[in-house]
Amino acid sequence: MSANEDRLSATLLRPLGRSGVLWYAFVAFLGTIVAAGLFAWFFQMWRGFGVTGIRWPVYWGFLITDFVFWIGISHAGTLISAILRLVNAGWRRPVTRCAEVITAFALMIGGLFPIIHLGKPWLFFWLVPYPNQRLIWPNFRSPLVWDFFAISTYLTGSLLFLFLPMIPDFALVRDRSTGMTKKIYGLLALGWRGTTGQWHRLEVAMQIMAIAIIPVAVSVHTIVSFDFSMAPVPMWHSTIFGPYFVAGAIFSGIAGLIIAMAALRSVLKLHEYLQPIHFENLGKLLLTMSLLWGYFTFNERLTAWYGNGTSEINTFQVTQGGSFAPLFWTMVLVNFVLPILILGIRRFRTITGCVIASIGIVIGMWLERYLIVVPSLAHKYLPYSWGTYSPRPTEILITVATFAAMILLYTLFAKFIPIISIWEMRAGEHPAEDLIAAAERRRLGETHA
Amino acid sequence: MTAVYALYTTGDAAQRAVNSLRAAGYADRDITIISAAPMEDYEFSHIGRESYVWYFATGGAILGFLVATWLTMFTENAWPINVGNMPIVAWYPNLIVMFEMTMLGAIISTVVTLIITAGLGRRMPKLYDPEVTLGKILVGVAAPGDARMADVERALLAAPGAELKTV
Repeated sequence: MSANEDRLSATLLRPLGRSGVLWYAFVAFLGTIVAAGLFAWFFQMWRGFGVTGIRWPVYWGFLITDFVFWIGISHAGTLISAILRLVNAGWRRPVTRCAEVITAFALMIGGLFPIIHLGKPWLFFWLVPYPNQRLIWPNFRSPLVWDFFAISTYLTGSLLFLFLPMIPDFALVRDRSTGMTKKIYGLLALGWRGTTGQWHRLEVAMQIMAIAIIPVAVSVHTIVSFDFSMAPVPMWHSTIFGPYFVAGAIFSGIAGLIIAMAALRSVLKLHEYLQPIHFENLGKLLLTMSLLWGYFTFNERLTAWYGNGTSEINTFQVTQGGSFAPLFWTMVLVNFVLPILILGIRRFRTITGCVIASIGIVIGMWLERYLIVVPSLAHKYLPYSWGTYSPRPTEILITVATFAAMILLYTLFAKFIPIISIWEMRAGEHPAEDLIAAAERRRLGETHA
Repeated sequence: MTAVYALYTTGDAAQRAVNSLRAAGYADRDITIISAAPMEDYEFSHIGRESYVWYFATGGAILGFLVATWLTMFTENAWPINVGNMPIVAWYPNLIVMFEMTMLGAIISTVVTLIITAGLGRRMPKLYDPEVTLGKILVGVAAPGDARMADVERALLAAPGAELKTV
């Protein structure tokens, strides 16, 4: 075994070893917050929606804001990973799994919110496309059923996209462990050996999955945007909502990925693998998305303002200069102004700079979702149907708990599975140039023989 | 049945071993090469490249599309209720369901084909060595036959640094 191989495996398998007291304390802390969130959810089920701030006319509050936000964050992983895989970007190798894990967990959390929002979550299966006892099927013309199809397809695809490249790493852990651990990883490795045929099929499968998952990811957030834009509600009924949501999702997703990578780098001491160049590249991508987000926001606002429709202009004004103005301008500051200042100047595009910008963007994108959901519902057409929304502790606790759940799931994942794909890192190490030249000569020789 | 293999520390040595086995009269399908990572820079990585994953993925996508088309049309015609002044079979919204199920079909058939054709989920063949995960490359023949055992051993030892084993 070469010294490089040894160091690679030792560093990347280190987190799978024994954990200190701090790790358990951190997990217990996060677990407590998640438990509090579950308690709030059960309390809501028991007492009814009256315990939340959701009431006429604002029937969608924090819960749907969280739904859109987490589905957006899920675009970090699979989409970015799939694009980087397809273009064969070498720097993707340490990044892809960190990203794909975010997608899997963010989708699971995001997918929970429509169910939480049902009030009676045990009836969620009414969305599943099968006929009831009167042979009536769900209405395929409803955006809520589209959500079911889109999210379940994306979740299935993302989980498989995450799982497939983990198989060789499971085999690696299997071969280096004993007892029950060996059995568990052996089951997960599915009898992987690493023959040339297996490698080739795995790579072809990953290529196909990457091709399939990109349009699915785009469709998911487009369909989430359809939940809004199909309704004749002021500022919702917009033709650019699809791309606007997709751009916002990728934007928040990259920000989430940068934060996760910086945390992993620092906590798991992965400085050698998650290098400043990875943050710089992602920072540039984040800057591009920030500009795109600014462009879409301007487009969306300009058409509403220029059209000057009575109901639209009310919603417009309440966000620009009314009660929602502080949130709106904070959003513009952290989503557009700060990223340009931090990421646009090379000197500031450091790991710290990228993380600061990313934290701002995550907050800003949550605010964006909130500003899409609430002001429009609170200012629909006639003034008699106007209202306000004040979140209550129930939905605040659920929201906080989802952030804790995300960190907890990520922490547990990094504990049991190498968070950086070891075999992909190995595959990135090429032999000396003379060996490549020799192999190429052989290949050409065979071709012309 | 005894399998013979050797472990090598470099791809170049493994390539030489493969070439020696070929020279000894073994076809590519008889040679097993196992590594901890794909070794695209070496010619031996092209052994066993033929696969039908693309075809099955396309088949799965077509199946998903057909099922979705049937599902949406059948259910809308089963209870022909006018919704939002849309036609009973409303193609625009149906296209969304059809697209998702097409992609789901492609994804699932890809994974199923991978599992079947890569021999995953089965009992592991004997020809394997955990040292592969330490970065070594295994080159061997699963069933050389007693008469040809010496030939195989000679071919495997022709490459430098060979660590010969039988299983």
